[in-house]
Amino acid sequence: MCQADLAGRWVTTVRKTLVIRSDLREARTAEDTVLDAVAQHHYSDADAFAIKLALEEGLNNAIKHGNRCDPDKTVELAYDVSDEQAVFTITDQGPGFDPGRVPDPTADENLEKPCGRGIMLMRVYMDEVHYSQRGNQVCLLKRKS
Amino acid sequence: MGEPSPRLNVKQAGDVTVVELTDRRILDEINISEIGDRLKLLISQSDTPRLVLDFSNVAHMSSSALGMLITLQKRVKDKKGQLRLCCIQPAIYEVFVITRLNEIFSIHGTRDEALESLD
Repeated sequence: MCQADLAGRWVTTVRKTLVIRSDLREARTAEDTVLDAVAQHHYSDADAFAIKLALEEGLNNAIKHGNRCDPDKTVELAYDVSDEQAVFTITDQGPGFDPGRVPDPTADENLEKPCGRGIMLMRVYMDEVHYSQRGNQVCLLKRKS
Repeated sequence: MGEPSPRLNVKQAGDVTVVELTDRRILDEINISEIGDRLKLLISQSDTPRLVLDFSNVAHMSSSALGMLITLQKRVKDKKGQLRLCCIQPAIYEVFVITRLNEIFSIHGTRDEALESLD
């Protein structure tokens, strides 16, 4: 689905790409770069909060779960921020996963588990979230409110 | 270039430890492990820890930070202690509601309310 979306609609809007090592410190720097672009387009505080949260979750997942913190692997963050919407594509070099098989973190039996909430938060705070078929790439879209 | 250590302002109010998270980015992923370790140390230093975490300054929170809080709560409960959260900004509180974690944490509007809620 993600690839189709990219081919049909998003790929032409992605203008900038950052490639970082599997390092959380580098992820923070990349986040700051993207958030500067968001600030330049005067997104609301709520939109900026949502974007930061989703980027944090997406990059963490890519580094920790996708690349398993392998220093030889990289994460690509492509982004395009306009006055209408912000689009992000995060790609790791891991084997991918099936997001449909991630347990619901709000189910009673999972409430006290310390992990498993990142994907859900991305889905709540972004307007669109799509994973590639392989599951090593997530596309996030936030429309400016 | 080194990152500044995440700052925790720790005060003792009787037998209650009040911890103010003083950096608005203190719950970024990169700092969570260190914050968690420091809070675990505080918990380990009491037989029955009574801990209030003040989030007044925290403007952002990730799922990893939520996980850290869940782990802390378990440690406190294992020692039959009590953990209270307070002064959580609305945007952050919404994350608790979305994840239903407001149901498993004792969350209060002010520090005084959190202190008064302790048994």
